[in-house]
Amino acid sequence: MFLGQTLLDTLTPPVQGERVLRQIWFIGWKSMLVIALTGTFTGMVVALQGFPTLRRVGSEALLGPMVSLSLIRELGPVLTALMVTGRAGSAIAAEIGIMRTTEQIDALELMGLNPLRYVVVPNVLASILALPVLTVVFDVIGILGGYLVGVRLLGLSGGTYFGEMSNYVELKDILGGIYKALAFGLLIGWVCCYKGYHSRFGAEGVSAATTQAVVNASVLILVCDYFVTTVVY
Amino acid sequence: MIRVENLWKSFGNQEVLRGVSFEVQAGEFVALIGSSGGGKSLLLKLLVGLLKPDRGRIWVAGKDVAALSRRELESLRSRIGFVFQGGALFDSMTVYNNVAFPLREKTSLGEKDIYRKVMRELELVGLRDAARKYPDQLSGGMLKRVALARTLVRDPEIVLFDEPTTGLDPVVSRAVLDLFGLVHQRLQLTGILVSHEIPRIFEIVQEVAMLHEGRIIAVEPPDRLCASPDPVVQEFVNGKSAGKNCHLEGVAGLI
Repeated sequence: MFLGQTLLDTLTPPVQGERVLRQIWFIGWKSMLVIALTGTFTGMVVALQGFPTLRRVGSEALLGPMVSLSLIRELGPVLTALMVTGRAGSAIAAEIGIMRTTEQIDALELMGLNPLRYVVVPNVLASILALPVLTVVFDVIGILGGYLVGVRLLGLSGGTYFGEMSNYVELKDILGGIYKALAFGLLIGWVCCYKGYHSRFGAEGVSAATTQAVVNASVLILVCDYFVTTVVY
Repeated sequence: MIRVENLWKSFGNQEVLRGVSFEVQAGEFVALIGSSGGGKSLLLKLLVGLLKPDRGRIWVAGKDVAALSRRELESLRSRIGFVFQGGALFDSMTVYNNVAFPLREKTSLGEKDIYRKVMRELELVGLRDAARKYPDQLSGGMLKRVALARTLVRDPEIVLFDEPTTGLDPVVSRAVLDLFGLVHQRLQLTGILVSHEIPRIFEIVQEVAMLHEGRIIAVEPPDRLCASPDPVVQEFVNGKSAGKNCHLEGVAGLI
């Protein structure tokens, strides 16, 4: 019901454009560093682990496709979503929880305003819009991380790394990753806002709401990942 | 202006309100007193439709609150101001933006008119110089005054004050209550003030309603309430126990 009302408020004007932009900056731009770092080291470790395995079967030339497909189809969307949940989702739940505790949400309601439209919709919308961009950043930086290890460290040719990648990666793989990111964006916005909005009173209530938001969203991301993978691929 | 009839509200097994009835005339300023946790703040929230009663009816400005649609309730709420215990200011906004917020969102006024109106209200509460500050840079008394400015900027007909002096020292508390009294006098608002500031609030209200064990047991002008023979009223108003204080006797034994 909360999600339904939120989606209805998202689709009906007026949209709080300024608030949406502010939240895109908060969820998207401010997560960029952590996403870049996670992406780099994920790409590097996939290459580091994958190269010897591929060499055993004489297919080290396929390192590029292996790194890129792992990232684009699976690791990019999932790890990005988990990192955003930890960094931004927890903050969203805590902020809304404190707004509930300090009666700021009641104040909005008593001004004749719809709190969902002011507090929840900008976060959900920003989360849906930011996740695909962050996922693409994660994928690109991760592929470059794989390049660093595979080509610079382990001696694979750069042409082979990128050439084989372009042979194997299809549009369907990229779109699948984007669909996952969109679904995870909705999920993070929804779960974290819901938990904050229904936070119990006091510091303990906000603390519990924040913990539940992160745990529930993280678990749901992995569950949702399975089903989206089943449908998309 | 406000009429409450046989209002019941419980949470689980705990019955907080057990048949509350009272009336507030237009332009009247009424204090609602009673022991802590007795349901005074709850009663205010029921009046503005933030919570629904289990039984009973509430009429505000001639409208049956429980029967209103969401849109009708929004329209009614635009005529009511509510000053929260903690102020409920938006901490991400400056004082100016907090006060301007309802005007920007609910009226078609231009920025110039909004500026004029906001500064007038801040002047009224003596905080013109604090316009650019954020709530976390304000003292408790200043927060309450900004909350009052944000409430008054919408020109409400009815204002509900939920323990607005809690946590303030006696001097600031007196200044805030004086300000409420002055505002009521000048604007002729209908108001309900929940407060424990006895007897200070008796100087600014016309009637006092006392909530005890879930019911309104007295609605009287302050002087008549003070002269009431009811021991419960006397105990609360004068802070004197009608009988032996068993709890304190127990504590004394421990010291």
